[in-house]
Amino acid sequence: MYRYTEFDQAFLAERNAQFRAQVERRLDGSLTEDEFKPLRLMNGLYLQLHAYMLRVAVPYGTLNSAQMTKLAEIADRWDKGYGHFTTRQNIQYNWPKLQDVPDILDALAEVEMHAIQTSGNTIRNVTADHFAGAAADEILDPRPYAELLRQWSTDHPEFQFLPRKFKIAVTGSEIDRAVTKAHDIGLRAVLREGQVGFEVIVGGGLGRTPMIGKVVREFLPLADLLPYMEAVVSVWNILGRRDNKYKSRIKITVHEHGIDDIRARIETRFEEIKPGFEGADLALLKEIEAGFAAPDWVQAGTGGFEAHLAANPAFKAWCDTNLHDHKAEGYAIVSVSLKKPGATPGDASSDQMRALADLAKTYGHDELRISHEQNVNLPHVRKAHLPAVYAALRKADLATANIGLISDIIACPGMDYCALATARSIPIAQEIATRFEELGFEHDIGALKIKISGCINACGHHHVGHIGILGLDRAGVENYQITLGGDGTENAAIGERAGPGFSAEEIIPAVERLVLAYLDLRKSRDEAFLEAYKRLGAAPFKAALYPEAKANAA
Amino acid sequence: MPRAFTPKVVTANDLKLGDVIYLTQDDQWSRALREAELIEDEAVAQLRLLHAQSQPGQVVGAYLMDAAKGEDGPEPKHFREDFRRTGPSNYNHGKQAEQV
Repeated sequence: MYRYTEFDQAFLAERNAQFRAQVERRLDGSLTEDEFKPLRLMNGLYLQLHAYMLRVAVPYGTLNSAQMTKLAEIADRWDKGYGHFTTRQNIQYNWPKLQDVPDILDALAEVEMHAIQTSGNTIRNVTADHFAGAAADEILDPRPYAELLRQWSTDHPEFQFLPRKFKIAVTGSEIDRAVTKAHDIGLRAVLREGQVGFEVIVGGGLGRTPMIGKVVREFLPLADLLPYMEAVVSVWNILGRRDNKYKSRIKITVHEHGIDDIRARIETRFEEIKPGFEGADLALLKEIEAGFAAPDWVQAGTGGFEAHLAANPAFKAWCDTNLHDHKAEGYAIVSVSLKKPGATPGDASSDQMRALADLAKTYGHDELRISHEQNVNLPHVRKAHLPAVYAALRKADLATANIGLISDIIACPGMDYCALATARSIPIAQEIATRFEELGFEHDIGALKIKISGCINACGHHHVGHIGILGLDRAGVENYQITLGGDGTENAAIGERAGPGFSAEEIIPAVERLVLAYLDLRKSRDEAFLEAYKRLGAAPFKAALYPEAKANAA
Repeated sequence: MPRAFTPKVVTANDLKLGDVIYLTQDDQWSRALREAELIEDEAVAQLRLLHAQSQPGQVVGAYLMDAAKGEDGPEPKHFREDFRRTGPSNYNHGKQAEQV
């Protein structure tokens, strides 16, 4: 992975020293909250419902064992012994004290991490496919490009006061595991006549006005990446609305001006600025790429993996759901679920973080990934080591076999933590997962993505959940709206609202009716929920959700 | 017609800890809602809020929350304030753990 240069180290040390002084001036009364707030947000520090919250960037979701160990240490030393992994591949600490934050940032700097631009109207943490560098279906490793974008966007003088936040996601595969179509810019690697390039998608986003991104450039040569990205952000920076924060994101700019107009402006700007790059970007990319060279794969067979699989049903069930094809022979990508039924989606205790760090070090070429689905990946594990990895995960209470299943739920922190939330998300996720565990046919239901947000800002990606749940405040009571048919992949679609919302007590039985209806309606076990929904439309699912409406109509 | 005034409590977050705090009748900041001053007069509420906002070295984001008279001091009217005075529902953290 990328290692910091002296320049990076010095930059970060300087930024951390500045923030330490800013905190001191806030505490001694020299700075008011109005003056301090933009400074703390630039460093990822929010004030939430019960406490401060520090959002630390995990660039493109990649971590090594030393970094994960440090995250655990921070959780123990300055927080309550756990961290929360988010849909943007960040980690959030929910209980830091203001005066401790400068020390936390210094601790992060020791392992080449920071919280810069995890908030505010800037280019945020660049996210990537969590199988990057490992997936069998990968065209290129997206991480060097994501790192190039991180370096370019960090403290970029032109882009520190954007109309609003700006999110970029990169996938190196035609299969989209990074939700690129719901980002301000999505980059998807494509092959054209033997050449690798990026399809550039702009104007996607969720929130109160969900939109699927539009292709602005079908094929961007890799060498043009930086000037083209700069052109996109630059066009929006001028054009984007600053009069109304609900209309400031690039999705609205694209919607109001039309994709053709935006494309023409971007191309003009691109031609203007491209010569100024003079190849410095490509020289930097070359240096970065060296850091992402694939590990030396060990080609020594799969050991007793097949025999263990045949002899151990629990291991087999876990392998069936939690493994993905690796590009190297004899290897697998392991997804570690942070979604044990009843647990908080995305939370890991410090002990669990250390267990994951140990596994990465011992069996995983020292690499870890955080997924936008709030799970952790060991991207490079030899199949021969899978039984040992599974045993260690069981010991750490991390061996839940549910990746992609109904209990693998994305949930934002909701009103249990977030100051913006209108309802809770976490208890709904906990109850759905627990209920389907009781029912015992989660594996029979198969692939089903439930995503829950506690307000219309949609951090829980509910719009692209096969079943989306949105928590609202209806006359002082928590109320949950269901959307159906959303899809966060390369076939991205915004879910359709099913009808009136449900109370906190009604929402779990409602989801159960929906899933039971699907089991009755599907053609076979091979037809997943989303496929059945696409084939049949919303009507039979709505009928299951609202049986009384059906009875009244009859 | 303007909406009738309903009783309020001045609440904010503590600058250093971020913890939820409430203004008491004797100008202290308490971590317990039951110790807060329940303000039943609109003009008094505005003055108390100004008083809170004049302490930027101690508190952040002071505002008036709806409350009602309860047997053991003020009670929240909205579920958001109920969570603020308790802590998160997924862990025994925050005020509920500290027995505030």
